[in-house]
Amino acid sequence: MVLLGSSGVGKSCLALRFGKDEFRSTSPTVGCAYLTRMVHLSDVNLRFEIWDTAGQEKYHSVTPLYYRGAHAAILVYDISKRETFLRAQVWLRELEKQVVPGSSVLWLVGNKGDLAEERQVSVQEGEELARDRGLYFSETSAMSGFQVSELLAAIALRVYECLGAQQEGLSEWRETPLVNLHHRDTFSSSAASCCRVGP
Amino acid sequence: MEAGTQEMPAFMTNRDEDVTSDSWRQHRKHVFVLSEAGKPIYSRYGSEEALSSTMGVMMALVSFVQSGDNIIRSVYSELHTVVFLQKGPLVLVCVSNSRQSEEQLRGELLYVYYQIISMLTQASISRIFEHKKNYDLRRLLAGSEKILDGLLNLVDSDPSFLLTAIHCLPLASSLRDSLSQILQKAITPNLVFSILVAKNQLLTIVQEKTVIEDARLEPADVHLLLNLIGASSAFQAGEIWTPICLPLFNPDCYFYAYISYLDPPECTVCLLLLSTDKEAFYAVADCKRKIEEAMVAQNALSLIAKAHSYSVSQVGVSDLRHFMYKPFDVPDTYRQLTQFTSPEMEAPYSSEEEKMRLLDLYRYMHSRIHSSTRPLKLIYHVAERETLLAWVTSKFELYTCFSPLVTKACAITAITKLLRWIKKEEERLFIRYPPKYSTTPNPSKSSRGGKSDQQDSTENGFLTLL
Repeated sequence: MVLLGSSGVGKSCLALRFGKDEFRSTSPTVGCAYLTRMVHLSDVNLRFEIWDTAGQEKYHSVTPLYYRGAHAAILVYDISKRETFLRAQVWLRELEKQVVPGSSVLWLVGNKGDLAEERQVSVQEGEELARDRGLYFSETSAMSGFQVSELLAAIALRVYECLGAQQEGLSEWRETPLVNLHHRDTFSSSAASCCRVGP
Repeated sequence: MEAGTQEMPAFMTNRDEDVTSDSWRQHRKHVFVLSEAGKPIYSRYGSEEALSSTMGVMMALVSFVQSGDNIIRSVYSELHTVVFLQKGPLVLVCVSNSRQSEEQLRGELLYVYYQIISMLTQASISRIFEHKKNYDLRRLLAGSEKILDGLLNLVDSDPSFLLTAIHCLPLASSLRDSLSQILQKAITPNLVFSILVAKNQLLTIVQEKTVIEDARLEPADVHLLLNLIGASSAFQAGEIWTPICLPLFNPDCYFYAYISYLDPPECTVCLLLLSTDKEAFYAVADCKRKIEEAMVAQNALSLIAKAHSYSVSQVGVSDLRHFMYKPFDVPDTYRQLTQFTSPEMEAPYSSEEEKMRLLDLYRYMHSRIHSSTRPLKLIYHVAERETLLAWVTSKFELYTCFSPLVTKACAITAITKLLRWIKKEEERLFIRYPPKYSTTPNPSKSSRGGKSDQQDSTENGFLTLL
């Protein structure tokens, strides 16, 4: 999973909530932080590798390293800062270039729900953007923990479904050589017969 | 962890400070960074926006002197020294009433420049300003102000910067060797440096053989790395992977640094692995796993936790209150990391003010020894509340602080005793032979290479200086 978004929107705080369910104010992330977290779904455990990227512009050249091949990308903005919402859309365009549709779960997250009085981005706007571009959408507060564990569980579920869909594809592909092996005798004998016919 | 939350408000107030207030004017040392176009990039106190006219005046001074084919270096007033340093498209200015020498202040500005380079590289800064003269570099430095603030606080409080030498944590040489061996065994292609740090002091450093044959790791580069670790509480969250440039090693290229604490949640022992491959995160993280396992097996963490700096009383010389000893490299024979050793600052230098006062006295002695107009070999200085003696020879540089009533003869006997003590303890106080490894695929060859290196260095005897 990769967390993307402007500097100061609360990516590291969300990651910390995901990882340890605690809150503390953090200083700006340097480069990328890597965390892991187990998520228990009803019938399966998923081990999440979380890439918490730095929002600062100087690290943007590095970020594609992390979202290439991610199963889930979380685009975070701060509901009390409109520019971070606009920035999230820039990130989205970047992501769309890299990600094969259907292979990854993309999630738009309006964070800092605790700052509702200073809200500059309405829930509807978030929802609309998500609907138009085929993203999932949530509003959270990493500070109060509001909707954070729900978000992680929902992401886990979608990723699991998404993986499941891919795995079906994978197992079909795996089955093909198996079928070949089973039929080796027939193939080789037919080949042999071919050879015999040859000369 | 806690530090992060506590520092945050202080960091906010630094930026929010009213630049027209008296308290702003009275800061001991201001540092400003601006672009050649006069755009503010960084100010230690107060917001850059509020200071744009002040920085405009600074740039006007720089360009006025430049138009006469000259370079402005410093301005002296009764209370303040203003020092200028121009590096490529950046202008750095220090306004200080700390009574430090111009050379020292310029050295500090150079550190600020290097820290900026370590985040952005010299090549990309030049490229940016070639394209757009009035580019606002704060866009790229956003979020890194705290790293520069932290650097300037360290420069004021840690003599490593003054001496351009590294302070390593005293450690039984057998323990240091086994730590080095742990690092030497956990390698992967393109890994260049493995560094172990505890309590912001170096424990050991292991280097890729071929890289270090071409270039050496300078103390200043290590200082920048230590500052980066110290200034960011974010490292305590997990494993960090970040581009970082070591400006003295190569100002134009990035290394990729893997940074992780080995003892969460205390977070005192930090591992730093530098690779030249930006895709190597998982391979490098795997090295950390190996290092962690080996350290658990050898119970190394609890042994490191017991290690601490020493007290001057262990030297057993009465009247000696504190000292700093920096042995010199033996040139041409072994490329050694420049180090120094120094005991804890104890009473009467326990309070922050008194510590600073002692450091200021050392800075004064240092400026006299290294004066560009009249350098000295030896200086005996009777200050108000202590007596200091500084001595530089071809083998070492030494600063000592005695109680005020010491006689010259006493001080000299004391120094002889001190030097003998250091000689006896050098195995513990210094990293004697930074070990090497080879990440080229032939492991049997590399281990042999490592051994013979160590033998060579024993023979040439670094630190057989007295």
